[in-house]
Amino acid sequence: MNFLFYISAAIAVLSTVMVVTRPNPVHGLLYLVLSLFSVALVFLSLGANFAAALEVIVYAGAIMVLFVFVILLINPGSEATDREKRWLTPGIWVGPSILAVVLLLELIYVLAFGGGQLSGVKEVTPKEVGLSLFGPYVLGVELASMLLLAAIVGAYHLGRRRAGEGDES
Amino acid sequence: MAPVPVEHGLLLAGILFALGTVGVLVRRNILFILMSLEIMLNAAGLAFVVSGAAWAQADGQVMFIFILTIAAAEVSVGLALVLQFYHRFKTLDADAADRMRG
Amino acid sequence: MFEVLWLIPAMPLAGFFVLAVAGSRLPRAGVAFIGVGSVAISSAVALWIGGNFIWWPPQEQAVTQTLWTWMDVASFSPRLGLRLDALSTVMVLVVTFVGFLIHLYSSQYMIDDAGYARFFAYMNLFMASMLILVLADNLLFLYLGWEGVGLCSYLLIGFWYEDPTNARAAVKAFIVTRTGDTAFAIGLFLLFNTFGTLQIQDVMTRASQQWAAGSATATFAAALLLGGALGKSAQLPLQTWLPDAMAGPTPVSALIHAATMVTAGVYLIARTHVLFELAPAVQGAVAIIGAATLLVAGFSALVQSDLKRALAYSTISQIGYMFLALGVGAWSAALFHFANHAFFKALLFLTAGVVIQSAHHEQNMLKLGGLRKQLPLAFWVFLIGASALSSFPLVTNGFYSKDQIIWYAWSSPLGNSWLWAAGLLGAIVTAVYSFRMVFLTFFGTAKTHTAHRPSQIMSIPLVVLAVLSVVSGFVQVPHWLGNTRCFSAFIETALPSIGEGPVVAELVSTVIVALGTVLGICLAYVFFGGKWPYADAIAESARGAALHRFLFAGWGFDWMYGMLIVRPFFWITRVNRDDIVDLVFDAVAGMVEVMHHVLSWTQTGRLRGYAMGIALGAVLTIAILVFV
Repeated sequence: MNFLFYISAAIAVLSTVMVVTRPNPVHGLLYLVLSLFSVALVFLSLGANFAAALEVIVYAGAIMVLFVFVILLINPGSEATDREKRWLTPGIWVGPSILAVVLLLELIYVLAFGGGQLSGVKEVTPKEVGLSLFGPYVLGVELASMLLLAAIVGAYHLGRRRAGEGDES
Repeated sequence: MAPVPVEHGLLLAGILFALGTVGVLVRRNILFILMSLEIMLNAAGLAFVVSGAAWAQADGQVMFIFILTIAAAEVSVGLALVLQFYHRFKTLDADAADRMRG
Repeated sequence: MFEVLWLIPAMPLAGFFVLAVAGSRLPRAGVAFIGVGSVAISSAVALWIGGNFIWWPPQEQAVTQTLWTWMDVASFSPRLGLRLDALSTVMVLVVTFVGFLIHLYSSQYMIDDAGYARFFAYMNLFMASMLILVLADNLLFLYLGWEGVGLCSYLLIGFWYEDPTNARAAVKAFIVTRTGDTAFAIGLFLLFNTFGTLQIQDVMTRASQQWAAGSATATFAAALLLGGALGKSAQLPLQTWLPDAMAGPTPVSALIHAATMVTAGVYLIARTHVLFELAPAVQGAVAIIGAATLLVAGFSALVQSDLKRALAYSTISQIGYMFLALGVGAWSAALFHFANHAFFKALLFLTAGVVIQSAHHEQNMLKLGGLRKQLPLAFWVFLIGASALSSFPLVTNGFYSKDQIIWYAWSSPLGNSWLWAAGLLGAIVTAVYSFRMVFLTFFGTAKTHTAHRPSQIMSIPLVVLAVLSVVSGFVQVPHWLGNTRCFSAFIETALPSIGEGPVVAELVSTVIVALGTVLGICLAYVFFGGKWPYADAIAESARGAALHRFLFAGWGFDWMYGMLIVRPFFWITRVNRDDIVDLVFDAVAGMVEVMHHVLSWTQTGRLRGYAMGIALGAVLTIAILVFV
């Protein structure tokens, strides 16, 4: 099953690259969904079934759908794609790429001195996750629910469009 | 499941994170910026799950759930802001909002 | 009965407090009652205690009354105490009695002034400070009185503060005496550092035990104390403030700048005589300074036109005589001259006040004249005072004290013939300028008309002082005349005695000085009293006019200080008008502004720029964490 891990990893990386480089937002979205799916497969290969399920249901299923709705509302059209193509000159990749490479190098450096532990030796069941969640991490759960409440309120308020508003931001 | 060295999993997370960073810095379209942020958050979650699987404990997945929650909250608020942004500036160009320049 | 010693300084102090708080609400009579009354009580107590002390002296020749401990810090616990011995008895008697007479006089003199209560409040505060000064048992307590009299001098010179000239004179007096006070303070630090105490008696005993005669520390300490004395007593080189101090009301000039405050330096040197005896170089300097000052001031008094200014220079000159006496070790002679001088100088000033008030505030002698007939009482008492000042033979107190000083300038082991000659020359000049004042003011044609004669309240102090100017000399009469030695015998219970010297030589010296006095009076008559215009002829010649200007300006000391100190100081203030220290703060502000411009360049308002910043920062931080 190593296979599954490495192939899913490769697909994830490739599709992420595509997300970042596409001029058309819908294309980018779809590639992102693909990337999320592959990451879910990675979870599966590591025995984190519950996480994999959540990744698909919540991340790919809800969050990305939100993105789709927004694009639907905004309806950027083809001139948005043209604009993006104009903006995405080769030159602008240089700086951020260097930064990202340096970041990666630092990470590799840290990992190089790792302990050689193996990941995914045993499957962690949803039952364990549940027990842990409502056991030691129950406070976090409460905080997360408050966060979601705040998000709901914020999203509702910010998303409102009052009639006749001029310079409201 | 097959055991994979934890470094490989973390390396995957790192690569995804770096790609997300590049996306945030390069793209001018706000939607793409938000998408790149999602990539970064996802990478962080991946790192947690990988590490949790290395210890064969539920903590990694629990943290992943929290990150998921955060991402959801952030996306909802962020997209609401994007809508307002579009309504105000009639464009999705992030550079259009530079009233705060000094 | 010496327990009421504390009343002597306390009564004027209480008077000050009452007048300071409630003075403006009291009627004139009330203010005068409190102001004069407090000093009257103080004087009465002083007379009673002084009399007891003189006729039934206690065993140790001194009485100490400790009031309380001022403070107790580390090893420093100065005790506030009053000490009555022969020296302080003389000082207290003179200060309180002359002070009382002057207060009485000014209750009438200042009657029309709006600041009546303020005047008496300040005068009472002055009396309290001066009495603390002379009674203090502790050098710190003495310094308190010292500073107090300096403060009151400033307040009273600038009493009519609306006129900026008066304010400037007050500031000048304060700053010049302050220079001396600083030296005094440093001297106190030195003494405390060496002996660990400032109790006068302890300092004297320890100094004589620990310091060898002529040692550097003793010389230094004595020199610093001398600095303080020079400032307060207006001796060279700190004498420039006293002529300008005449801007204050005349009673102030009489009390502070003639009889009492300016003698504080004399008192200090006498009180700390042990230190000066341990530093012969400094004591010699005292004598030389005294001799030089009496000549400088005497010659300056010759050409003054303002009556009070002439008397001011005369005061400087007479205190020079006292310093001369202290310098040659004639302690009792110095104090004898102090007492006599207090009487006749106060008399002269008070009479000058009468004259000035009657002549509608005309102070210029050249514009006065012929007042002999208009103000007869003033004329006679002024004549007595001027005679005492000139040490007119036999019938004035000045004769007995000044001649004694001049004799000791010769006969003392520390004296020499130069000092004697200076004293003699000074006596001649004194006679000339004193009678110049008499002739110009009271003889000749009347150039100003007088308004009224002095009232009785003002006349009584004049008469009392005139009587004292005649009889107070008789307590110390030399050998060949009757040999009364009351005064010196009394003083020698507290201060060292000086040898007698050959009687015949003393007689010769006295005769020579007496002849000098008579010569001076004749010169004054020739130049200023008669109808021969010799003085004017000399003054109008080229060299005479230059000399006149030089002497008039007090030998140019003001000009010299202006050149050396005042102008460089003002130059510095002009150069530093925009405070140099401000540059530092302006630089800080400038730096902030530069940083502002630099950093605002990074504030683009663009999201991507800020995201780049965050990413960069994160990478750098991780790099530091990982690699360092």
